[in-house]
Amino acid sequence: MKDISLSLTTPSAGSPFQKAGAALTSCGILCCIIATFGFGNNYPFTFFFLIIGLFIAGGLLYSIPYFTAKNGLKNDGIMQNSLSSKGAIAWGIAILMTGFYIILYWFPSYLEGLIRTMNPLSLLLRGKSADQWFLYGTFYTLAVLIMSIRFIGKYKFSRYQVIRTISVMFFQLGFAFLLPAFLLKLNQPEFYFSYFWPLKYSYFFPNDFDYLIKSGNLGVFMVFWGLVMTFIATPILTYNFGKRWYCSWVCGCGALAETLGDPYRQNSDKSLKAWKIERWIVHSVLAFVILTTAMLWLNSWKSGTIFGNASGLLSQWYGFLIGSVFSGVIGTGFYPIMGSRVWCRFGCPMAAILGLIQRFKSKFRITTNGGQCISCGNCSTYCEMGIDVRAYAQKGENIIRASCVGCGVCSSVCPRGVLKLENLEEESRFIPYIRHENK
Amino acid sequence: MNIVIIGNGISGITCARNIRKLDAMAGITVISEETAYFFSRTALMYIYMGHMKFEHTKPYEDWFWKKNRINLIKACVKKLNSRDKILHFENGNSIRYDKLIIATGSNPKTFGWPGENLEGVQGLYSIQDLERMERNTKNISSAVIIGGGLIGVEMAEMLHSRGIPVKMLVRENSYWRNILPEQESKLIGKHISGHGIELLFNTDVKEILSSDQKRVSGVLTKVNEKFECQFIGITIGVKPNIGFLESDEIETDLGILVNDYFETSIPDVYAAGDCAQFRKPKSGHPPLEQLWYTGKMQAETLAKTICGQKSAYNRGIWFNSAKFFDLEYQTYGMVPAEINRQQKSFYWEHPSGRHAFRANYSLVDERILGFNFIGIRFRQLTAEEWIREGQTINFVIQNLKKGWFDPEFTKAFYNDIAKAFFKNTEITTD
Ligand SMILES: Cc1cc2nc3c(=O)[nH]c(=O)nc-3n(C[C@H](O)[C@H](O)[C@H](O)COP(=O)(O)OP(=O)(O)OC[C@H]3O[C@@H](n4cnc5c(N)ncnc54)[C@H](O)[C@@H]3O)c2cc1C
Ligand code: SF4
Ligand code: SF4
Repeated sequence: MKDISLSLTTPSAGSPFQKAGAALTSCGILCCIIATFGFGNNYPFTFFFLIIGLFIAGGLLYSIPYFTAKNGLKNDGIMQNSLSSKGAIAWGIAILMTGFYIILYWFPSYLEGLIRTMNPLSLLLRGKSADQWFLYGTFYTLAVLIMSIRFIGKYKFSRYQVIRTISVMFFQLGFAFLLPAFLLKLNQPEFYFSYFWPLKYSYFFPNDFDYLIKSGNLGVFMVFWGLVMTFIATPILTYNFGKRWYCSWVCGCGALAETLGDPYRQNSDKSLKAWKIERWIVHSVLAFVILTTAMLWLNSWKSGTIFGNASGLLSQWYGFLIGSVFSGVIGTGFYPIMGSRVWCRFGCPMAAILGLIQRFKSKFRITTNGGQCISCGNCSTYCEMGIDVRAYAQKGENIIRASCVGCGVCSSVCPRGVLKLENLEEESRFIPYIRHENK
Repeated sequence: MNIVIIGNGISGITCARNIRKLDAMAGITVISEETAYFFSRTALMYIYMGHMKFEHTKPYEDWFWKKNRINLIKACVKKLNSRDKILHFENGNSIRYDKLIIATGSNPKTFGWPGENLEGVQGLYSIQDLERMERNTKNISSAVIIGGGLIGVEMAEMLHSRGIPVKMLVRENSYWRNILPEQESKLIGKHISGHGIELLFNTDVKEILSSDQKRVSGVLTKVNEKFECQFIGITIGVKPNIGFLESDEIETDLGILVNDYFETSIPDVYAAGDCAQFRKPKSGHPPLEQLWYTGKMQAETLAKTICGQKSAYNRGIWFNSAKFFDLEYQTYGMVPAEINRQQKSFYWEHPSGRHAFRANYSLVDERILGFNFIGIRFRQLTAEEWIREGQTINFVIQNLKKGWFDPEFTKAFYNDIAKAFFKNTEITTD
């Protein structure tokens, strides 16, 4: 069968607002490049306001048509748009983002000019001058906030989507940006209360433990917080609400995927093969981080006599391979090509743990409404985790999958109202719908 | 046993899959001319609108068929010779069968208007129709849809998504009025108009016009009103696709005549789905069922019979669903366009015109008969249980929350509905 959609004419081209928005955003990127080439050192204020202002104005302009449009699904033309259907623009963005990550992680000195533009803000919030991570944090938060506005506009017909998005905005801005900055300003450890082991793996490494405990009462509380969140709160919350309480309501990686990544969610691979690969990789990463953590502790307990340098080396490799390459370069850089949740789906060890709980011990499920599914495929297409939702729905089965982050988009795009995310008694989860006549 | 199925739509494929589930040994061959692999016809509109590509509409990956030993042949069956149990293809090949299942679906209905065959005039049923529509609607500036059913509104939405102005010519005095009660029909009509579709009621077509005898240039109504357009979608329903059976002795009427076991007049030949017509439909049931859901249910039943568990078709409690632009619609049980004297009906509508609810019940014992939901998602299990068990309208209204299926955090209306209902009944008992 030849690909029919390739022959399509493009549906009503973008509105003037969107064109203006895209133009301003491009100017913002241009300013970033100019600043990088030294001008940021000389005119930090000017470039700071230019960059931030252009990004915000561009994003808001781009979002306006979503708010003025009627209440309803807005997926028209996604498959013909080069940006969202792996066309030249998508590849361009992927290369740009991947390149940015590579420079950020390994050649930050090239970004010096750009980093300096963040100085005013960094001094204000953290009381010290900006470094590459502050630059990254600012851009990251800005991307989440701006693209959240777009997302809210796009899904304004769904209160679930709106409230969930306000939640990720809150956690990203408050817990992942402002709070750690203030902590620094108060000479406390820079701590992220919304990230836990094993996603923030180093929080359970002996070095971090030591450092935090030695830094005073607040540091002790941070260690306590981390332990409680990982071992007590995570299982309880996941049992009651599913993985989504974290992955699509709190987590910063999830926040970026849901907002900046939303235009690409349909590019996730839905094949059975991809699912198999996903399970192998994500659980291997989990094993890797558990092994690393355990070895570090054993080693530090025996004062380095068991593994010598090996455990330290392992943690360095974990940091490089998983922490930087996977979660950053691939995880975000490949959004336009592999869908918005590359990291969450294939790499995140936190997601792996949450997923195991969700699959085996949870009240969460996506209920399929009887025999109402018409197998159209919208749900599977727009599932960012690559779940073939339709495969379950058309059989009258509920969707209970370790990887489901509970974003609710399958339910939002279903034209027949077949899917409902809900928390009900655990026992009834796996009972499929069978017509009374067939019992 | 060598089972041959004509048609790889939902009916044919559901048969094939279920036969394989029940019988690991049976030889299963599916012949179809439209596409190599099963796809979801219901998703045609989304391909045009760019929500999905064709590949997304395939419910199974391509390896699935081989793995389940379902043999697929892409060919057009030209002739059935049921005496010798043989099918002849257009390409000259032929195939023998032990058992034959005909699941050839429908074709768009035509009316016989002059000009119906002009370029730019078409129905929408197959993937080829969609490709044609793609070509036919390139760079056009106005379109007309004749007929106001479900496919009509889908076509209107498709064209609308490309910014093409659409007029819908509807014979009745209100949208889908032969199926919907007056209020729902009005509400949905308003919603469609609200999207910029020009709905013209009480409008009968006389002739389709062309300025160059090749391509459509407009349409003329019975009252000699003329509308210019470069595209016409004819959506006045579908009819069983059974032309290739003409030379055989198999009994047909509108469709292939079958009994409750989907047996045709010829031994070892069965028919199911859109192309089948019940010889003796149950009272209140239509002879033709032309839905995705019914195709699936019919095929599940037939697969059992084929595999030796002879089973009569029992459609169970009726249900259907659709979407009109942004309005979702679900119906359970019997909600006819007009109720009879033994029935009562309660209707509630939200002031926004985006949500509505109807419950029909028996006048005598107040047992619930059916529901309509618009802009409200409701649990099928609950609705069916209530109808089957004959719960009273009072019980139903008081327990609506149990079946509410809207996404979490959505503003729910069961209290508003209950308030309206009990206020109403008070007034009537006064
Ligand atoms: C645009 C559209 C939207 C719809 N939406 C809905 C909906 O929302 N809900 C709902 O319930 N129903 C819907 N329907 C109706 C539903 O799709 C049909 O009832 C259903 O697809 C019928 O299935 P079937 O298997 O009986 O036939 P089909 O799906 O028509 O399959 C028959 C197949 O047989 C092939 N065939 C026919 N003759 C031959 C031959 N001689 N040789 C070889 N192959 C042959 C055809 O090419 C076709 O592929 C919709 C229909 C359309 C067109
Ligand atoms: S199954 Fe639905 S809720 Fe879960 S991740 Fe996929 S789209 Fe989101
Ligand atoms: S979007 Fe809804 S109707 Fe379509 S395949 Fe998914 S569950 Fe079924």
